[in-house]
This record gives sequence, C-alpha cells and structure tokens, in this order.
Amino acid sequence: MTTRETRTTDRNPWNWLLLVPVVVPLLTFLFNADEPRLFGFPLFYWLQLAFIALGVATTTIVYRMTK
Amino acid sequence: MTTELIIFVLLFLVVSGMGFVAARWRKPETIDSLHEWGLGGRNFGSWITWFLVGGDLYTAYTFVAVPALVFGAGAMGFFAVPYTVIIYPMVFLILCRMWSISHVHGFVTPADFVRARFGSPTLALAVAITGLVATMPYIALQLVGIEAVLQSMGVTGHLPIIIAFAILAAYTYQSGLRAPALIAFVKDTLIYVVILAAVIYIPIKLGGWGTIFDAAGKKFAATPAQNDGLFLNAGNQLQYATLAFGSALALFLYPHSLTGVLASKNRNVIKRNMSALPAYSLLLGLIALLGYMAIAAGTKPTVGSNGKPISNTVVPNLFDQMFPDWFTGIAFAAIGIGALVPAAIMSIAAANLFTRNIYREYINKNATDAQEAQVSKVVSLVVKVGAVLCILLLDPQFSIDLQLIGGVIILQTLPSVALGLYTRWFHKGGLIAGWAAGLAAGMWMLYTIPNPATGKAHFGGSAFSLANLGLDTKTTVYAGILALAVNLIVAAIGTVVLRAMNVADGEDATKRSEYFADEGDPRVKDLDLSAPH
Repeated sequence: MTTRETRTTDRNPWNWLLLVPVVVPLLTFLFNADEPRLFGFPLFYWLQLAFIALGVATTTIVYRMTK
Repeated sequence: MTTELIIFVLLFLVVSGMGFVAARWRKPETIDSLHEWGLGGRNFGSWITWFLVGGDLYTAYTFVAVPALVFGAGAMGFFAVPYTVIIYPMVFLILCRMWSISHVHGFVTPADFVRARFGSPTLALAVAITGLVATMPYIALQLVGIEAVLQSMGVTGHLPIIIAFAILAAYTYQSGLRAPALIAFVKDTLIYVVILAAVIYIPIKLGGWGTIFDAAGKKFAATPAQNDGLFLNAGNQLQYATLAFGSALALFLYPHSLTGVLASKNRNVIKRNMSALPAYSLLLGLIALLGYMAIAAGTKPTVGSNGKPISNTVVPNLFDQMFPDWFTGIAFAAIGIGALVPAAIMSIAAANLFTRNIYREYINKNATDAQEAQVSKVVSLVVKVGAVLCILLLDPQFSIDLQLIGGVIILQTLPSVALGLYTRWFHKGGLIAGWAAGLAAGMWMLYTIPNPATGKAHFGGSAFSLANLGLDTKTTVYAGILALAVNLIVAAIGTVVLRAMNVADGEDATKRSEYFADEGDPRVKDLDLSAPH
C-alpha cells in the first residue's frame, strides 16, 4: 500500500464542472418535445438518456483532473 | 407456466446457497465484530462496490414500479432518469468526505457522524429514528416486487413470500454484508441479460420504437386524466424537476446507500463509481420504456383479489406475453433475486442504526464488539419480520404510501448529515427544531394530496399543489423539497436565535483535515476494525 500525501482540502476549480450535469437534466424546456426524433425516440426520451453520457463524461473529467 | 416456475425456483435456490457460502468469502479473522458483519470488512474495490451499490440503489421494486408508472402516467414516470443522472455529480465530493470522516472515526451510520459532529445524542437519535422509519417500508416494498412476479406466475397466497424472506433472513444473519455483495453479481448479470434482450427483442416484435411511442401517445390522448401523456404539461414540469432533484438529495441520506459506500476501499473507488454507476441509469431508462412496450403490446395488469388491477404486474405480464417460458423464468428470477440484495443491505443498515445509535447510546453504554454484532444480527431479523408482517397484514398500497412518506422524511436529515459535512455553522438546537418543522410541514403537505385514480383523499402522491398556499396556479411541486426548505429556514433562524441567547452548543469531535484522509493515512482505520474502539 502506498502512502499518499495527506490532502488538506478538496477544493478545486474543476469541481464547478459538476454543476453542469446536475442543472441541465432539470431544465425541462430543453427536452419536453416530440421532434426531432432519433431512432423513433421522441426528443424527450433520447435527450434525457443522452444526459447520462454527459454525467459520465463530467465525473470522469473531474476525477482525472483532481486526482 | 411450469417451466417458468421451475427455472425461477432453481435460480432462487442457487443464489440462496451462495448467500450462505458468502460467510467464507474474503474471510476475516472473525465475523463477530459489527464492522465485519455490517460493512464486510470495508475493503471492497471498484468492481464489488459497483455491483453492491448498484444492486442496492436500483432495487427490484424500481424495476417493477418505474415502468408501471410510465405505463400509467407516461412522461412523469421517466423522472427516474434525470434523478439517477444528477445524483452522482451531486454526491461526488460529499461521499468522499463522508468516507474519510467515517474511516477516521469508525462511523457506520449517518447518525454516528451527527453524534460526533454536533455533540448531540438527541440529534443523533432523531437522525437514527428517521432513518429507521424511512427504511422499513423500503424493505417491505422489495416484497411487493417479488409478489408482483409471483402474481404474474399465478402463484397466490403469502407462503412463498414468507419462505423467500426466511431464506434471506437466514443468510444475512450468517454472512452479513458479504451475502448481498456476492449475490449482487448474479442478480445484476441476470438483470442486464434480461433487459438487453427485452429492449432489442420486444421492439422488433412490436414494429419498432416509433410505433411503440405512437401507441402510447394515442392511449394517453384518449384518457380523460390531465397529468398523463407522452410529454410533460405546464402544470407538472416543475414537479418533474423537483421530484428528480428531491429524490436525488434523499437517496444517499438513506442509511443503506451509505453502507455500500463506506464498505469501499478508498476515496478513488467512490469517485470511479460515480462515473460507472450511471450504467445502471441507462438500464433503468430502458426499463422505464418497458411501460410503453406494454401499452403497444396491449398488456393488461393482473386483476387482484379485490377486483382492482395490480399495476406492478404490468412488466412481468409483458415478459410472460412476449418471451418463451424458459426466458420468462429467468426474467422473473432476476426480479425476485433483485429484491433480495437491497432488502438484505437495508436490514443490515437499519440494524446498525439501532445498535449504534439507540442500543449503545441509551441501553448498554459498555457494549462489547461481540454484543453489538449480536444485537445487530437480531435486529436485522426483527426488521425483516416486520417487513413481512407489513405485507401480510396491511394493504401493499400502504407500503407504497409509506415509502413515499419515507422519501420526504429522510430528506429532513439533510441539514445535519450532508450540510454537516461542510459546515458546523448550525446550532444543534436549530437543527432539531428544523428537523421537527420539516417533518410537520412534509406530513401536512402529503396529507393534502389526493389520488383521484384510487379514490383516496389523502397521501395520494408527492405532488403538492401550490394552490393550497393560496396561489392561483395549477403548478405542483415535490412536497419533500418544500418541507426541506421549511426545515432549513427554521434551522437557520433557530441557530441565530440560540447563538444570540448564548445557549451552549455541542462539542465538535471532528477536525477539518480528517474530512480528506484517504487509504494509507495512519488515521484511517482499515481492516483492524475488530479491535475495541
């Protein structure tokens, strides 16, 4: 087991990025519509599923940048 | 029908066998210490944590109830997707702090943390009781998931449920957290296989996704109800966003969600999991759409003995209708086993709460590790028996209502638990007052909500109509969020008043630097947890 240097804070400017995937999926006006459809999915459904990728990308970036 | 039942029973038995063997998996010196039994030794890496937390948060009930909600109400039921997207970035930093401080001080429950942070056994008791009350109906709901599958297979009566829970109780008693961790592998593999098959195979049979959505849209357009539909309307958009947000705030306040997180090896395991757990959200989104597939396929829910359709049987019935018997058996087993993992973790978390924050605090102050572990095991049994009694004696609808209330009340621990990780500004008295005010406000709001569909006048949902406050609007908001706002305002005013009156506050037993300690730090206690503390 390696001894890591002890951190004294978890503050980091990169953390602000985490706000994006928290706020965007709650803005219903962005996706509350039928068109454009994707593979038969109305916008409401495919865009909200796409936000999962947004969440994953953001947490991955923040993890890498603050490691 | 018999093929289904045979496969269901076989898989269920294999998994139960695993539960008993789990005691020997990653075997510690002794399982008699609470840390070992309740937190599995706290050395779970990324993979096990992913399965464990995933198996814990995405319960069988979710897999049955979310598509049932989408089947009945449409877009509103899809809130589960934004809910499980925003949760991970929200708790990304918070859970790391919780992990560090818990590992430095040996905390097992949120109430342990509150006790040390605010120096108040009373506030800790409030948090512990809130956690217990919120968790109990959640366990009962897992039984509703199993029951839905059994009803779909035409199995009636309560005996199968009692047997399933007796098995569950026996192996959690034997193996502690190791049992659900090991079973979660099987459960999730089965669920992934079933759902991937379902979302590829069923749309092909039904003529494509476009047809499915159109059929659902047509159904909702034909109903007189206003709040259903393929999309949100002006009145329920705010409810949709606040329900997703409030549910996300509540999720990691449940003691059982924290149990899985604390069992992970270090902070990076948690952070990596925040990126990996959304894989389950994708699964949940696809599962939600099973509700529309059921509409397009013309699936009907099973009619219960009281003559009312049981909406939770929609997905099991859809599988029954679309899949060959042997595969339906696997699908049903996935749901049934899926109920066992969270039920086991929840009962362990509830037992830990009782043991640490009630038994040791108020009943036996000098409890030894072995005594604590023993009490925990017994309470975990009692909790499960209680859950079974809930289902046997009460209408299942009552558990669903209780769970709804549970979400609202567990949110009232947010100021002490989640904000407590960041600030010590609140006075313990202010937090207690805020907690009480939030609970009262939440209960009142839930009381005012009718459910026209079931003909209930009170506790019919979580959408609080702002018209109740004298506003001229059709807008509804998630009651939990408003109750939390009341809580925070009262806690803040209480803090200012108590400080002005120089009322003594509790001692803070934690130090700032302890919130960032990681594996390898000498202050972080790891596997030597069976030592007295």
